[in-house]
Amino acid sequence: MAEYEAVPESEGRPTAQTEVKDESGQVPVLRMEGIGKTFGAVRALRGVGLEVYAGEVVALVGDNGAGKSTLVKTISGVGPADEGEIYVDGKQVTISSPQVASELGIETVYQDLALCDNLDVISNLYLGHELRTRYGTINEIEMERRGLAVLRTLDVKLPSARALVSALSGGQRQSIAVAKTILRNARLVMLDEPTAALGVAQTRQVLNLIRRLKTQGLAVLVISHNMVDVFEVADRVIVMRLGQRVGNFDVKNTTTERVIAAITGAEFGPTKEEVKTAASSEEQTDE
Amino acid sequence: MSEIIDDNASTSTAEVAAAASTVEAPSYQNNQSFGQLLRNDLGFLPVLLTLILIVIFFDIVSHGLFLGPQNFSNLFGQVVPLGVFAVGIVPVLLLGEIDLSSAAVGYLCAVIMGVLAERVGWSVGLAIVAALLVGAIIGAINGFLVAVLRIPSFIVTLAAFIAYSGLILFLLFGQTTLIIDKTFILNLTNGPLSYLTNFWGVFLPILGVVLYIASLIFNYSRRKKAGLRTISMGRLIAQSAAVAIVVIAALTILQNYNGVPVAVALLFAFIVIEWLGLTKTTAGRHIYAVGGNTEAARRAGINVTLIRMSVFILCSVMAAVAGILSASRVAAVISGIPQTLQLDIIAAAVIGGVSLFGGRGSAWAVVLGMLVVECLENGLALLNQPTDVAQMVEGAVLILAVTADALIRRAQARSRSGR
Repeated sequence: MAEYEAVPESEGRPTAQTEVKDESGQVPVLRMEGIGKTFGAVRALRGVGLEVYAGEVVALVGDNGAGKSTLVKTISGVGPADEGEIYVDGKQVTISSPQVASELGIETVYQDLALCDNLDVISNLYLGHELRTRYGTINEIEMERRGLAVLRTLDVKLPSARALVSALSGGQRQSIAVAKTILRNARLVMLDEPTAALGVAQTRQVLNLIRRLKTQGLAVLVISHNMVDVFEVADRVIVMRLGQRVGNFDVKNTTTERVIAAITGAEFGPTKEEVKTAASSEEQTDE
Repeated sequence: MSEIIDDNASTSTAEVAAAASTVEAPSYQNNQSFGQLLRNDLGFLPVLLTLILIVIFFDIVSHGLFLGPQNFSNLFGQVVPLGVFAVGIVPVLLLGEIDLSSAAVGYLCAVIMGVLAERVGWSVGLAIVAALLVGAIIGAINGFLVAVLRIPSFIVTLAAFIAYSGLILFLLFGQTTLIIDKTFILNLTNGPLSYLTNFWGVFLPILGVVLYIASLIFNYSRRKKAGLRTISMGRLIAQSAAVAIVVIAALTILQNYNGVPVAVALLFAFIVIEWLGLTKTTAGRHIYAVGGNTEAARRAGINVTLIRMSVFILCSVMAAVAGILSASRVAAVISGIPQTLQLDIIAAAVIGGVSLFGGRGSAWAVVLGMLVVECLENGLALLNQPTDVAQMVEGAVLILAVTADALIRRAQARSRSGR
């Protein structure tokens, strides 16, 4: 494993060591160091580091069982890490439950979206956080006003803000789930396989949505299997393999082949510049 | 991101309207086909037609006896316990759970009240409070087993039904009936005192209608002012007119006989309170959410266990109320729970449009559902039909209602994938 760690880390953004700030003086919204997690005899995560900056889309890729979901669960608080340090805005925190994560501004959109089909869009947006009038009843009008404004910033198109979620398309449902995180003042949004099971047009819609989040200044962490989507929307790709972080690629400076090679554990192949100059002679590994 | 949220608080009407028009497709409401309407706002129409058919049929074969003021008034009186039971079961069904014990709980609580008032010699008020308290405790036990220990509600409440039926026999020492002669209890549903005075009997329903229409108009103007999409003016008028006509028609028939029974007024008060609770409060919204997608509700921070517990408690307390009203009607507490009562209760809610799968339905479902069930029973009794025929017909109607529910669900799923 060790042979892969050194090479790709030199690409892209340098990993912060003990320094909180990177060279541009920016503090990452989320920084994790030495994250470890074991399930019985299985070490699911080993010394994983991760950092996400505001206004940045980071894609987390890896094969099945590479530890992506486990890592996301340590961030979302669903399955807290056994060891390691987590910093939010440079302050060390312990994320012990989803509530804590939510308070820290970390929201997760799960693959199943967690929407109530039998409720309308606005009810879903505010589920569990309903606004109330001074009489204690639900303030539908205020909820609809604010809900519409957030949906507008995300450029979402719906038949009606009062349409039942069961009547919406997959892309629209994804948008609702994302809008929900924004209404809760999220600063880091994690999306689990947002484009899986979506059609071409709807995938486009969701990718636009992710770009919108980025322009709103949010930090976005996307888990995906789809390299085309990853390369279209992400700024940086972090590769997980066998519970370790094995690669950190700047999308502008790498190729799909190199990322896939990192995922599968094969040789990385040439970078774009190397391809251009065609100067580097490659050594074949047995893998 | 917080600035986005804060900005919204101060957005002007024009901006909201602009947001609404960019997000929402134009003229969504007007483009609904009749089929879509049937699946959404007018979902009660098939049941209403069924009810009208049943009423017309029985009125013709009974030569006008069925719709006569006396029978109509009787029917309304008879239906009250069933209606109150059904009011209790609606939130349980909305959660996607079931309570098979409510009939037994209702009769048990009535027996407890009867025994305390007639044998032990407690005052009537105390006996009633004790009965309601027992209802709450039973509901808490059911709720604990279902919500905390996660045992299927079907099993829990079926076992409760059997156990409480036994407890009723035990408390009555094998007696089949214990006569109630406490006037307060009897006056709830018998005699001249069981009717509202003409003034209150007319004033309260009319006030209800006026308040409803006022709230529709108020909501309409507030939404308009906020720049949000409103229902069409025609629909507003149609909705107000429909409600006014139904209430006034029922009121006219009842006033032609003895007036509005107190128990009926009580039932409608329960329905209105439940409807307001389900649609206007966060707790009500959360009941629908848990019924629609429990996992989503839990992730949204909703206390699913608490919701489930309180709904089961509510169901059993309502059952206790229904049991007391029922005891008042027959002037006795009895050990024999009517065979079909439990099914009638669930049928009333389901026929009225409450989904057995959870998450769909309204408190008003009780009205249509209980009337269908009771009209069938009352009509068949009026024709001197034996119980066997009555039960077969009722069974068939229940199957039809549940089938319709399942088919509607499938149609909705299809229209979703088609979009």
